[in-house]
Amino acid sequence: MSGSDQLHVVTSDDITPGRARFGKTLVWGAAAVLLLVAAAQTAQVMGWQDFGFASWRPTLYAYCLWATALCWAQVITRGEQGKRTLFVLPAALFVISLTVFPLLFGLIIAFSSWNLSSLDGRQFNGVANLVQMWHDPFYWNALGNMVIYVLAIIAEYAIAFGLALILAGQIRARKFWRVAFLMPLMLSPVAVSWMIGKSMLEPRFGPLARLARSLGIENPSFFESPWMAKLTIMVLDAWTFIPFMMIMLLAGLQAIPKELQEASKVDGATGWKSFWEITFPLMLPVSVTAILIRIIFKLKLADIVITVTSGGPGGATDTVTSFIFREYRERSNVGYGTMLAMVYLVLIVIAMTVLMKFANRLTKPRT
Amino acid sequence: MTDTPVQIFRDSDTDRGFRMKWWASRTAIYGVLVFWAVICLFPIYWTATTSFKMAPNVMQGQMVPFPQSWTPEGDWAKSVFYAPKWKGWESIGMSPQTLQQESTVRAEFLKRFGNSAIVALVSSTLAVVLGAMAAYGLSRFRYKWAWMKNDDILFFFLSQLILPPVVLALPFLVLYKELALLDTRIGLILLYTLSVLPIVIWIMKDQFETIPTELEEAALVDGLSIWGAFLTIIVPIALPGMVAAFILSLVLTWNEYFFAALLTSTHANTLPVMVASQTGSQGINWWSMAALSFAAILPLIVIGVVLERFIIKGMAAGAVK
Repeated sequence: MSGSDQLHVVTSDDITPGRARFGKTLVWGAAAVLLLVAAAQTAQVMGWQDFGFASWRPTLYAYCLWATALCWAQVITRGEQGKRTLFVLPAALFVISLTVFPLLFGLIIAFSSWNLSSLDGRQFNGVANLVQMWHDPFYWNALGNMVIYVLAIIAEYAIAFGLALILAGQIRARKFWRVAFLMPLMLSPVAVSWMIGKSMLEPRFGPLARLARSLGIENPSFFESPWMAKLTIMVLDAWTFIPFMMIMLLAGLQAIPKELQEASKVDGATGWKSFWEITFPLMLPVSVTAILIRIIFKLKLADIVITVTSGGPGGATDTVTSFIFREYRERSNVGYGTMLAMVYLVLIVIAMTVLMKFANRLTKPRT
Repeated sequence: MTDTPVQIFRDSDTDRGFRMKWWASRTAIYGVLVFWAVICLFPIYWTATTSFKMAPNVMQGQMVPFPQSWTPEGDWAKSVFYAPKWKGWESIGMSPQTLQQESTVRAEFLKRFGNSAIVALVSSTLAVVLGAMAAYGLSRFRYKWAWMKNDDILFFFLSQLILPPVVLALPFLVLYKELALLDTRIGLILLYTLSVLPIVIWIMKDQFETIPTELEEAALVDGLSIWGAFLTIIVPIALPGMVAAFILSLVLTWNEYFFAALLTSTHANTLPVMVASQTGSQGINWWSMAALSFAAILPLIVIGVVLERFIIKGMAAGAVK
């Protein structure tokens, strides 16, 4: 694509030097206010002078003021061009201030020992957290669990694809089935973990335990052996998210031109063959998108684990998120938890980059 | 031909086999549909009915609520039907009797419910406003900020999706403590907006790209400014997409648990936190837990049934290009 805009706008801006100067003053003035307030607050925290601030809120307000001034000044100093910038700038500022700053701040925390419940405050401790992490079997165990959980997506994908194929076929009451199949996605994982994890799977009175018993399994327990517990968590998570993949795949199926399938039928392809030769290759891009998004969501898996098993038995069901959550709740060690999270982030970014490269190659039309 | 009178019109064996096959495949398909619908809906049914149970009903495993006076005689009826009671709903002050009276548990529940509603609605609105603006800008203009071009800016926004919440959680905990935003709704709203913004931008970008630019060009010729054209021409056209993005954000933010559990304690608790904080007493208060869970999921069930096509539209947006 060329360097020009999609939308051609011809404008005659005449921005007087005074107006431009006003805009510049606005931004720098607000920045000066922000710096002043921040400096005053730092001085108070350091104990040089007491300005009577209760919290860092004034700095926050000054920051908001500066951000507003920056947006406003775009229009003042740059006219039409500034109005265009104004579309993206607020969102960009919002995201930057809410992710980039905390991430940088997180980096500082990650290299320190900081117990929120003790009064010592933050102490820089270098790579001690990294060393501790290296020798923490539970963290590696949680990472290993994440790999297993992610692998379960293959089964979810197969089920979702099957359901999407059925929903795309000729069936009656399609809308009813669609709504019914969509339902699990709408429910809050916490409520789900109570509804299914705690009550339906309850070993004595839960309906699923009763079912298992009537099928001849004595003492059904879903959370006692490590693998069984893992499997149950996978099933619970799959239950919530299969609709998500199903809807994406359904949209992909409905976008396949009918002619292709008809042509393959004329050529004598049977159902199974036409699926593998026509439908599946055409669905590859959608499948890859669905699976990638699903992996992203899976990597955040926590609430079900926290509420149902809280990682047990013996860390068998721990995800990285639930492990860090407990690490913080039990020891309120912010520094170590942040280091674990940061390492996790680096691993995710590497893994996702590799996966996306691989996916790109997979979906590229083979010629 | 043969001598015996034959039926002239009769299905050949291959046809009959075909019909058999057709029936078999129909049965299989509807069998799968019914089976999966049961899997999807039974937990909801279970929760709804359990909220009307009493301890003996739970232990005996009766499943169908049925008025006592109509319940037929016999042992089989006793093992299937039970008389519904309002006990579970009483525990959150929502049964017909307690609804008349003052009730602290109800006030507590309503407060949490209100927190959830406010946080979800405000953050979804904020995300849709910010996201729609950004998506429109990115779909119409070329930007060059330092080294970042349009694709880079878009990637920057979308890459937030990969960021696991746990990475932000602890830094935010400390920051919010310093900013006195811990246990406030504003704090949650900011984070939730951040977490759904990439999804909104994704959906909205897709939406805006289907709208031809000639529309705005005509409006600009007629003397509207670019913002005027955006607000009066484009937004109404893109409204279905915005609703889809809004609903999807609403679902995600209403259900969010991790941040809420970490960053709120008494004032700004949302419903999932309230539900989770009661699971410790499992096996004892099944009916009240069921009532609470059901009340927490009911709004979304309603939204799911009524606005299903928007949700599907939103999720399908990114899938098909």
